[in-house]
Amino acid sequence: MREWADFELVEGEGGSVLRVSGPLTIAGIAPLDARLRELDDIAAIDIGNASGIDTVGAWTVWRAATRMDAQITGATDKAGRLIEAVKAAENTAAITPPRPRLLERVPEAVGTKVSDMLVGVKDMVGFLGTTVFAFGALIRHPRRFPILALIRQIELVGVSSLGIIGLMSFLIGIVIAQQGAVQLQQFGAEIYTINLTGRLTLRELGVLMTAIMVAGRSGSAFAAQIGTMKLTEEVDAMRTIGVSPIERLVVPRILAAVLMMPLLGFYSAVIAIIGGAFIANFALDIPFWTFLSRIREVVPMTDLYVGLVKAPVFGLIVAMSGCYQGMQVSGNAEEVGLRTTLAVVQAIFMVIVLDAFFAVFFTEIGWA
Amino acid sequence: MGSQRAGELMDRAESEAHSAPPEFTGEFPIVVEGLTNRFGPQVVHEDLSLKVKRGEILGVVGGSGTGKSVLMRSIIGLQIPSEGSIEVLGDSITDAEEDSDIDIRSRWGVLFQGGALFSTLTVAENVEVPLKQFYPEISDELRQEIARYKVRLSGLPEEATSKYPSELSGGMKKRAGLARALALDPELLFLDEPTAGLDPIGAAAFDRLTRELADTLGLTVFLITHDLDTLYAICDRVAVLADKKVIAVGTIPELLALDHPWIQVYFNGPRGRAAEETHTRSMSGAMDKDNKGGA
Repeated sequence: MREWADFELVEGEGGSVLRVSGPLTIAGIAPLDARLRELDDIAAIDIGNASGIDTVGAWTVWRAATRMDAQITGATDKAGRLIEAVKAAENTAAITPPRPRLLERVPEAVGTKVSDMLVGVKDMVGFLGTTVFAFGALIRHPRRFPILALIRQIELVGVSSLGIIGLMSFLIGIVIAQQGAVQLQQFGAEIYTINLTGRLTLRELGVLMTAIMVAGRSGSAFAAQIGTMKLTEEVDAMRTIGVSPIERLVVPRILAAVLMMPLLGFYSAVIAIIGGAFIANFALDIPFWTFLSRIREVVPMTDLYVGLVKAPVFGLIVAMSGCYQGMQVSGNAEEVGLRTTLAVVQAIFMVIVLDAFFAVFFTEIGWA
Repeated sequence: MGSQRAGELMDRAESEAHSAPPEFTGEFPIVVEGLTNRFGPQVVHEDLSLKVKRGEILGVVGGSGTGKSVLMRSIIGLQIPSEGSIEVLGDSITDAEEDSDIDIRSRWGVLFQGGALFSTLTVAENVEVPLKQFYPEISDELRQEIARYKVRLSGLPEEATSKYPSELSGGMKKRAGLARALALDPELLFLDEPTAGLDPIGAAAFDRLTRELADTLGLTVFLITHDLDTLYAICDRVAVLADKKVIAVGTIPELLALDHPWIQVYFNGPRGRAAEETHTRSMSGAMDKDNKGGA
């Protein structure tokens, strides 16, 4: 059973005296505090009967006494000490910093966003320039080339993602072939499922889905790794011993993504076609090997080229935004998460925008 | 009307909160017996025993990697020991069932090395967190008042109340962490290297603050430190961790009388001697002043 502080009012000579009983501690103070706030005109507060006191009790009594201009009587040594301590610690500051009004806050937030975006574009172009210079320096001093880091990143970006990209592509191939067949069957044209699957995956989906997967898997990792290294001052330490963090951290990651993306994109398209052939075998009665040999006849070589041209560009974008956001981290751990999210969102957004441009461009030059 | 509201509050509190803890009156609020901590093949503690007296400031020293922090984490229940028993304020930590130690946690405060403040909350909001957690029946008004005076009590200026941790210096973060540790008026205070990373003036001020608070609030303090000045200035007793055990507990003169090589090197090294000199000088200075006052 929990014990609460309580009080009774006694009429004395100078006015009413409030006699407190029970524990004047944090665990028992709540009801007493609520009742004290509704009283006024008390001449004295007698805490001689309280069964215990801590700073919360001392504060409550002192505040009530100060407000009503009352005396505190019956304080033990400890109570006196605590009351002195909380009196000295009185603090009228606000708990949270003042918030501007909504009317001011919203335009300010919008303005900050827009200017951040413009500055971000400028900084990103600057970052690209720095990276190009670092490449130049590495070509002039090939001994400095971080070959081990590059191989490690190739493993992380390329080899380790084969499983998940393969699974994703296989399932996408199944979905395209199966859903395409359902629609094409209405015209009796289900044989065109092969064209649909082959062209769509090699030209568009293989590379696009791979870029999205790499952005989620590796772009985020780049931002988080480099961001954490910024926080722990590893990047600064590198600079002071004459190692360029761009050469050592950024170049291998960007190079790995640019080299791996075409391979992963092509691999993804191949697996998707196998997925399509697999479902066609069961659902459409098109034998597996017939599906594959038809691919060679119905998919023009230019579709492969379209995919292979786009892939390294997407890789560059994903790695660039990951590394750039990582290098922008400063302050606290929260920023790492924020920048990582930003890196992925930015990368996927730019990849999709650029893909639209590529689609129009390649059709115009006749690679349709 | 007033008493009705209070009655509601009591009902709510009755149903939501745990029962009020009685004040601990035994002699040893912390009792560690036969503690063994293993991480894989690495043994950090083996059959370690330690008793902390009520109302004292116990300094815990030891070389790097002797498991000072692990010992503290074991006592506050963050690290489940491989063997041994730990009693805090008369309740067993090691045998505690899930959530049954909720009472005890409202009776201690912990200051972690980096302050461990919640970075998305202001200093005052940080102090409010334990208050909200353990005493939801306290009104918003009183809770905010408590948070405010605790901030000042920990030696922070008023302006720091509404600042975010990222806007504070290292020393101020520690003080803010202390304010949160003191939020519930605990009986026990755990400090993990409170003066590490502070400048000598800030460290000395923090030491004074710790001593003052311990005396005013009647705290028992478990203090891990590397700072010899802290040991001399404010610790009642010192526990030395070495060879996976607490090899000695006592006042500094008592420890110096022992013939253990690590203790001798620790206290009689150049830094130990310097700290001792500072201490004796300030002590004799204080005595001079007393004499003058008497005359």
